[in-house]
Amino acid sequence: MGIKWDNLVDVSLASFGITIVVVVLFSLGIAAWSRAGGPSDDSAGGGPARVAAVLCFAACLAVAAYGIDIIVPD
Amino acid sequence: MESISFLLIAVILTALAFDFTNGFHDTANSMATSIATGALKPRVAVAVAGVLNLAGAFLSTKVAATISNGLVNDSKVSLVMIFAGLVGAILWNLTTWLFGLPSSSSHALFGGLIGAVWVGAGGSAIRFTQLVEKIVIPAIASPILACGVALVATYLAYKITQRTAKRKVNKGFRAGQVGSASLVALAHGTNDAQKTMGVITLALISTGILAHGSQPPWWVVLSAGLAISLGTYVGGWRIIRTMGKGLTDIQAPQGFAAETTATAVILASSHLGFALSTTQVCTGGILGSGLGRKLAKVRWGIAGRIAVSWVLTLPAAAAAGGVSAWVADQGDLGVAIVAGVAVAAAVGFYVLSRRRPVNPDNVNEVPSRERELAGPSTV
Repeated sequence: MGIKWDNLVDVSLASFGITIVVVVLFSLGIAAWSRAGGPSDDSAGGGPARVAAVLCFAACLAVAAYGIDIIVPD
Repeated sequence: MESISFLLIAVILTALAFDFTNGFHDTANSMATSIATGALKPRVAVAVAGVLNLAGAFLSTKVAATISNGLVNDSKVSLVMIFAGLVGAILWNLTTWLFGLPSSSSHALFGGLIGAVWVGAGGSAIRFTQLVEKIVIPAIASPILACGVALVATYLAYKITQRTAKRKVNKGFRAGQVGSASLVALAHGTNDAQKTMGVITLALISTGILAHGSQPPWWVVLSAGLAISLGTYVGGWRIIRTMGKGLTDIQAPQGFAAETTATAVILASSHLGFALSTTQVCTGGILGSGLGRKLAKVRWGIAGRIAVSWVLTLPAAAAAGGVSAWVADQGDLGVAIVAGVAVAAAVGFYVLSRRRPVNPDNVNEVPSRERELAGPSTV
């Protein structure tokens, strides 16, 4: 019986990796955005935190775009 | 010739009816958690899912792999068997919908066809090793995988945002959920609408209307896409309630983690040629997101009922498909009787569902009776 164990391992690793990357980045983005947009808006930490948040969200969008690319064949 | 065209029309209509039940059965997959967390209003959520399912049906240009998927010997499949298999799948889909259970529509379709072919052409036409490899193994592996991935993802999401204001965390993850839920709906449209297109195209090819190896004609793509998106829009509110509120209490970070998991698992597996059930992946993801959050309640009684329905889906749909095949094989009158019974059953299920209706307005309320039925919840 030709059960494709290799494929099963591949699917497991790929979906685990992608999910963790997206969820961690999105969570970091929310944490950073919240810090940047807090009451101490003009403090020194605001700028870099905001940039970090935007980078995190952009990375999530890129992964989502890759997902759509996979959904749409050719 | 006349009997062929009567049968062909019956097959096409039944296939579209199955596609409709597939749509409203599976709305919950993409939208249950978004509705439960308030990321999307119930009616907006089903509209988005419906549109994306229609878009998904058109996006995918490749013909769905033959519905039989190598499970049955294609050369022995007749129109009567396809018709009977579809009826069996519809009957099981409606039964599980009445009980609010998220069972796999694909398994119902495969089960119905297997039962019909078994009765019509004998057990030798079923490829049992293929059955184990293509259905049983993924059915066991995929929910466990989704559950594990969602568990870790949910844990990390709460860990990372634990110092951030709850209000902002919820707002952020709700926005993210709109995106993650939409991707699930799109992926669903490219997968499940294709199955019905494959059934109808196969029926057209087997009657000689289309040449072998033809692409589905535009009207098949359009009608299959419309049937599944209409079903999605009508919304299986009973199943949405079970998945969004019954299994566990979903918060926005959990919903985001569960949906991202579902998208990743579905895309990774379809990319690498592993067929699996969207429904089982999504249910596993939601269960995992419940286990990954501290103090989240997982109602194991409901999880158990869902698991039982998964085990029953293939044999039950096969039994219904087999009986239908036996009756329908008696000629046009038999086909008419099966069709009549199917319509009567559908009306009966609808009437039964009105006794305890679930709709967009009460979808997020879990009745106290349900809680008692579910048994004591564990932390």
